[in-house]
Amino acid sequence: MATTTSGTAKVTLPADNQILITREFNAPARLVWRAYTTPELIRRWWSGGHGPVIVADVDLRVGGKWRYVLDAGGFEVGFHGEYREIQEPERLVNTEAYEGIPDPDEHAALVTVTLAEKDGRTFLEMLVEHRDQADRDAHVNSGMESGMQVAMDQLEVIAAELA
Amino acid sequence: MARAATTTDAFNAVAEPRRRQILDLLAAGELPVNDLVALLGLAQPQVSKHLRVLREVDLVHVRDEGRQRMYRLNAEPLKPIHDWLSKYEQAWNNRFDLMDDVLEELKEAEKADGDHD
Repeated sequence: MATTTSGTAKVTLPADNQILITREFNAPARLVWRAYTTPELIRRWWSGGHGPVIVADVDLRVGGKWRYVLDAGGFEVGFHGEYREIQEPERLVNTEAYEGIPDPDEHAALVTVTLAEKDGRTFLEMLVEHRDQADRDAHVNSGMESGMQVAMDQLEVIAAELA
Repeated sequence: MARAATTTDAFNAVAEPRRRQILDLLAAGELPVNDLVALLGLAQPQVSKHLRVLREVDLVHVRDEGRQRMYRLNAEPLKPIHDWLSKYEQAWNNRFDLMDDVLEELKEAEKADGDHD
């Protein structure tokens, strides 16, 4: 049907330290917000089918903590962070640390999710901001190894343009 | 994970903004070094240095045409990075496609509850 949204996530890199993931959903913002922030719903989508989500802790208040863990067939992939801004259902800002590297919190990214609703559909933007180039490099490396990571680098834009 | 310090692979070579700029310019087509110097607004020795790094990792190819050195892009060494980008996008597609299913259920539940709202 005309409203299908499957496979339409787009990744762009607006700046050296940023990743922008965008996706439209055929649902109002209040429901996208619920799916994005409710533990039992997070468990159903966050792993992307790569294994069971064994932890989905959400303390949804400013200063509250979150932690998700995926069981990727024998090893665990964990992320955690803290909520910084909460404006239901249109804006959520949190830190995001990947537990697979040393000193995860020292290298946490800042993630800003905005939801814009129009005609019953919701346009999601997820902006991931990294601290510096060294962190980006580390994340890109871990991404190449695991294929499940949270970082990207400006240079992939060039690669995409050239491919 | 440790990686060679500066410019021994394509990944590192394109970490430098000026070199990315050179690749962007060459993406549009082959250019003589003089044009690159003019477009970048840098001194020739700096441009030559960047081009040397890019040649070492095989990201640019060079040929002589008369008295000009012509540079062109060779994107092949960046393919692993491009593949990774695709993987990253696919990972998010997998997640959001599953979220679509969740949202359909939430919509149905709301509809069923509609009389009460």
